[in-house]
Amino acid sequence: MKPAPFDYVRAETLDEALGALAEGGEEARIIAGGQSLVPMLNMRLARPSVLVDVMRIDALSKIEPKNGRVEIGAGVRQVALERWAALAGTLPLVAAMMPWVGHAQTRSRGTVCGSLAHADPSAELPLALLALDGEVKLRSKRAKRTLPANEFFLGMMATAVAPGEMIEAIVLPAHPMGTGTAFREVARRHGDYAIVACAAIARPGGATRLAIGGVADVPQAVALPDPSDPDFDDQLNEFAWSLNARDDLHASARYRRDLVRTLGRRTVEEAVACRS
Amino acid sequence: MLLTDLIRHAVGATGTHVGCEHGVCGACTVQIDGEPVRACLTLAAQAEKLDIRTVEGLEPRPGELSPLQAAFREHFALQCGFCTAGILMSLDALFARKPKASEREIREQLSGHLCRCTGYAPIVKAALAAQAHVREEKTTDA
Repeated sequence: MKPAPFDYVRAETLDEALGALAEGGEEARIIAGGQSLVPMLNMRLARPSVLVDVMRIDALSKIEPKNGRVEIGAGVRQVALERWAALAGTLPLVAAMMPWVGHAQTRSRGTVCGSLAHADPSAELPLALLALDGEVKLRSKRAKRTLPANEFFLGMMATAVAPGEMIEAIVLPAHPMGTGTAFREVARRHGDYAIVACAAIARPGGATRLAIGGVADVPQAVALPDPSDPDFDDQLNEFAWSLNARDDLHASARYRRDLVRTLGRRTVEEAVACRS
Repeated sequence: MLLTDLIRHAVGATGTHVGCEHGVCGACTVQIDGEPVRACLTLAAQAEKLDIRTVEGLEPRPGELSPLQAAFREHFALQCGFCTAGILMSLDALFARKPKASEREIREQLSGHLCRCTGYAPIVKAALAAQAHVREEKTTDA
């Protein structure tokens, strides 16, 4: 359970990190908090020959609210976002989700962007990015591009990040006044990966959106009518089937679909109830 | 090199235990700049120049147990002791930040640790007792 040998580069600036990434090509990986990558290294499921550490780059460790959006840099640890004083007011959905992200002992090191780069289908932060229609800012030595959440996640633990490219930051739109949000999750123990995780957003105008993690290979979202609408359950059921749930060690496909229907409804109802 | 190996093999401080070595069990929990972290998921190089505190750092004076450690002994919160060092470091970090942490918060902090001997009830009891003890001491001092 020890990593295979690798070179370690501690970048002091973003340019330095991008240079090292470009030089290392497919063999190079970014290391941030290491809470997803180091287990992979220890189990030798990942064997990069170069690790580029970005945690000492000051420019990446900022949480910046501007123009109704919050930009979170690649060096921002989960605990920093969790304790950010403006979180509950700006991104109440994320505030509700943070205590469910791993454990206190991993949030202390793990970064927000690192969890997105790992793209575990059961993880909460990828679900947050998708539920909120956030964006990912990617950067390589030569180019910059910004992808919406639904183009960023390509599959189970697969993202659109290309060799030589890194996540520079993510951008989450803050909720308009009066938006109701809710988050619910079922896991074996608190802090374990979600069997099903539900994030709901009820906009003041009446539209509701439900995003589900833990079922499909990537988090998925759907627009739903008000829970009082007679079509609500049919549409939610259709969505539950569209996720192509699978049986695994933790739960059967049927149980997962059932959770999407029952927990999904409750989550949307809760979001609608706290809308103003 | 992992931080666990640096602590145990290079420094020789064997109070920090290594269980699963992939971040699940919590036995290797130490504090970095006051925050509880999994030493097995931390590259030693990434911890350079940071303040690292292990279970050896808990004793107020050589040979003397901290109130938290004493409460663990008193309430039978350990049996084999393998997970204990990590749990102590997690709870110490929690109490440093939130001296009045609720039982729910204590349980949530403990959810990052596995113990296969005692069950968690005596551990929660010890944590609450240590908290009460520290509070009492502070009032007596004042």
